[in-house]
Amino acid sequence: MQPFKYRREENSAAAVAAIGQLEHSKFLAGGTNLIDLMKNGVERPAALVDINRLPLAKIEALPDGGVRLGALARNSDTANHPLVRERYPLLAYAILSGASPQLRNLATNGGNLLQRTRCPYFMDTGFAQCNKRDPGSGCGAIEGFNRMHAIFGTSEQCIATHPSDMCVALAALEARIVIMGPQGERIIPIAEFHRLPGDTPQSDTTLRPGELITSIDLPKSPYARHSHYLKIRDRSSYEFALVSVAAALELDGDTITSARLVLGGVAHKPWRLEQAEKILTGNKMERHLFAAAAHTGMEGAKTFRYNRYKVEMATRGIRQALGVAGGVA
Amino acid sequence: MSPLGEPLSRVDGKLKVTGSAKYSAEFEIPQLAYAVMVQSTIPSGRIARMDTSAAERIPGVVAVLKPGNALELPGAERRVSVLQDDLVHYDRQPVAVVVAETLEQAHHAASMVRVEYAKADAKLNFDAGFPTSYPGSHNGIPGDLSFGDVDAGLRQAEITIDQVYTTPIQHHNPMEPHATIAKWDGDHLSIHDATQHISGVQETLAKMFAIPKENVHVTCLFVGGGFGCKGQVWSHVILAALAAKQTNRPVKLVLERPQMFGPVGARPRTHQKLTLGATRDGKLTAIRHEVHANTSEIEDYLESSAFPTRVMYSCPNVATIHRLVPLNLGTPTYMRAPGVATGTYAVEVAMDELAYELEMDPLQLRLINYTDVDPHTKVPFSEKNLRGCYSRAADRFGWSKRSHGPQTMREGKLAIGWGMATETYPGKNLPAAALVRLQPDGTAVVASGTQEIGNGIYTVMTEVAADTLKMSPRLFTAVLGDTNLPPAPISAGSMTTASVGPAVREAALRLRSQLIAIASRDAQSPLHGADESDVELQDGKMFLRSAPGRSDNFKSLLARHGNRPVEASAQVKPGVNENQYSVHSFGAVFAEVAVDPDVRMVRVQRVVAVFDVGKVLNEKLGRSQFIGGIVWGISLALFEDTHVDWRNGRIINANLADYLVPVNRDIGEIDVSTLDIPDTKLDSLGARGIGEIGITGTGAAVANAVFHATGKRVRDLPITPDKLL
Repeated sequence: MQPFKYRREENSAAAVAAIGQLEHSKFLAGGTNLIDLMKNGVERPAALVDINRLPLAKIEALPDGGVRLGALARNSDTANHPLVRERYPLLAYAILSGASPQLRNLATNGGNLLQRTRCPYFMDTGFAQCNKRDPGSGCGAIEGFNRMHAIFGTSEQCIATHPSDMCVALAALEARIVIMGPQGERIIPIAEFHRLPGDTPQSDTTLRPGELITSIDLPKSPYARHSHYLKIRDRSSYEFALVSVAAALELDGDTITSARLVLGGVAHKPWRLEQAEKILTGNKMERHLFAAAAHTGMEGAKTFRYNRYKVEMATRGIRQALGVAGGVA
Repeated sequence: MSPLGEPLSRVDGKLKVTGSAKYSAEFEIPQLAYAVMVQSTIPSGRIARMDTSAAERIPGVVAVLKPGNALELPGAERRVSVLQDDLVHYDRQPVAVVVAETLEQAHHAASMVRVEYAKADAKLNFDAGFPTSYPGSHNGIPGDLSFGDVDAGLRQAEITIDQVYTTPIQHHNPMEPHATIAKWDGDHLSIHDATQHISGVQETLAKMFAIPKENVHVTCLFVGGGFGCKGQVWSHVILAALAAKQTNRPVKLVLERPQMFGPVGARPRTHQKLTLGATRDGKLTAIRHEVHANTSEIEDYLESSAFPTRVMYSCPNVATIHRLVPLNLGTPTYMRAPGVATGTYAVEVAMDELAYELEMDPLQLRLINYTDVDPHTKVPFSEKNLRGCYSRAADRFGWSKRSHGPQTMREGKLAIGWGMATETYPGKNLPAAALVRLQPDGTAVVASGTQEIGNGIYTVMTEVAADTLKMSPRLFTAVLGDTNLPPAPISAGSMTTASVGPAVREAALRLRSQLIAIASRDAQSPLHGADESDVELQDGKMFLRSAPGRSDNFKSLLARHGNRPVEASAQVKPGVNENQYSVHSFGAVFAEVAVDPDVRMVRVQRVVAVFDVGKVLNEKLGRSQFIGGIVWGISLALFEDTHVDWRNGRIINANLADYLVPVNRDIGEIDVSTLDIPDTKLDSLGARGIGEIGITGTGAAVANAVFHATGKRVRDLPITPDKLL
């Protein structure tokens, strides 16, 4: 690890000011991803601004029936909070299916949004090629071992996936990310927070330099009763998704009045299937409807040598998640 | 008093759970410097240029050792990478060592070393290496062995199975990484090393540095898991000693997790072609088992996957063939049940396939081909009671309730599969020595230069000595892991108990005789003039069987004899005659899996195994060993897979997040038991060793259960959800 300066701040304004002053600096929250990457030499910040003492750990109800998740609330506390369990069980399940209890106890909500890809070519500086780590160096994964990699939204520069489970549920719940920056506060809808790699895979998000996530705001949701997070993985805990599915349905009897369907493990960001949602909406729950939604959802998938299975796996996953969410599995 | 076999808790348990057991990296040495290895990022070629100037400028750096400035080692050999030349034979080969005052400084400096390579063509295509592959041997046993006439046997066959089974490279990943502390005092070298073989470390270092063996003192009080990867002396041990000599400082070198994927061994990749011939009624007429396994460019290690095929079933015509495929990877090595774990997977899945071809119960097929003699040598097994394992395990599992057809059992939405396999592992032992010493205060010491690799040998030594001298185990202190003690063999091959146990037994028996003789010669002893055959021991006392009132105790005996300790030592050599008996353990393992019919995630819900391993010296420790083996067998079937980028030979999941081993949630109920029938032909204790047999067969039982649940036969491990879609 490269030596670095360390500064601890007590409030958001001071933290934003500090990150602006210190060159090549990064915020340090739970550190479960950043510190690992610093040990690997992938991240080499010259300074860390420790934000763990910022008063951003609250989880509270919003007047509109939504809930505000503090950026520094720990993943475990978030998943187990009564407001989250009651109003957003999809999010609780998604968080609890990620990482391990030890990691969730440390990892923060803001940090979860910002976790970096698990692409092995990114994580290991022993590989010369990675456009995300070293722009212009090439992509090791496109012709390499790409079993875990993306099938949607890839570019010739990068086929990495976003590894979060939590963010898949947040995308289904249309969360809003509240940001404080040098120019004040702004809100980024979750759909616009993570970006596709395009020609600049080094940028994972639309966050600007020096900006601090202060909370994740969840709008009032009609999906508490009928949702499911399905995570398909190689082992039953402490493992990233091969494919995951967040399915949420609003029902009137057997009829779907609105639907949300988002995939994880298939793209550089949570991959929302809006066309599939349209197919579901207004129709009665039936096997062939779920199959049609899955079929439509997987249109346009582009696979690589080792990840061809993801299309079939996601198709089955979508059907199953919808069935469980609708209580008809 | 704890007779042998009782579940005595680990005598080192308290030390371990309180964190006070001292592992090899944990010794505090004044003036200690820290070494960090720099490793190659190419699989083949040479170092064209190495710029260490930036690294050398880092505060605290003592030295940066590299080819060119590293000490020349008189005993250097090609198999280890100890900075003697600029050649690179595999990715992650050590190419430099940074020594600094602190670990952090050494790490930082190591990251500043810039290496430019001249790449050479690397051999990384396993299949393409088959035409130029060559025979090898495993522990001196030739890889090729045939008996009968396989072609004729296949012509007689009415049913033939002909399939290829493949297993990936796997890494041991003990919790404790490899670690060495080296300290020189003139031409004397002291080593703390995490090793399964202190005498091996001693010999290798003596040879490397051309000093007498007696000048090298190696200690290792605990090993935090070895599983085979700490059996050899790898480069880092020598590099630690080299760095210590060159910097004139004691040096500690601990490998980081990613550094353990390359320079310290792995289970090699195997490609196993199995041809079985059988009659309609299930009698095997021929088995042909041809194995290709990778080795490295610098040393041959043969994964002996077809060895179990030589002993498992009654079949007159058997051919076992092994070929080595050298690749530009780190040298593979022994890994828990080397050869047998991968080989029993292939054979026992092939047997399951044969059972389905025959429409026969898989257990019935095993019974039809049961053998009481070694099929090759035709000599009897020293002890074999596998029939008892089959029947007891089948009962405990409920096998009779199984429906034979694939995809015929369900539990709610889940597809249920039941599979079984035979387990086997050779019974072996090697010469070992031990000493037992009675102290004037009534306590005792039992010592041997063996290694505690988690197998519980501290406890076994204590139990055997206590049992022989009829003293409480609490009065004993077991001492091991020091080359100054009576020598013992490598802790591997499931043979520690069967080697060290009898040596302790013999030393304790000699001590017993000595104590009786002292009492018999002692006019003040109530046992004066007693004949040894009339003396019995109990609770630290000796008494006459013919006159139980006449007794003497050890403490007063020693008090009358100058308060000096009395000690006896013994060396025991293996007694079994291979022309008379074939020595193998066997077992039966049954597994139940539940498979999600849509997304195909597999969970092992239940494993039942019954073992015939001779006498189990400690039921509690034995249970843990079997469970550990079975968990690893599940892991072999479903999880473990070292992913190599075959373009450049670099392992891409060199960490414990991406190299998968099971988590608790992946493991269901495990029910293990043993027949506990002593095999006194191998050793005086009747114990055949239990460390490895649990992993054998288990991979196949799980794979066969997955087939039963899904109707899909995956012949390429591990069985991951994508392969079942």
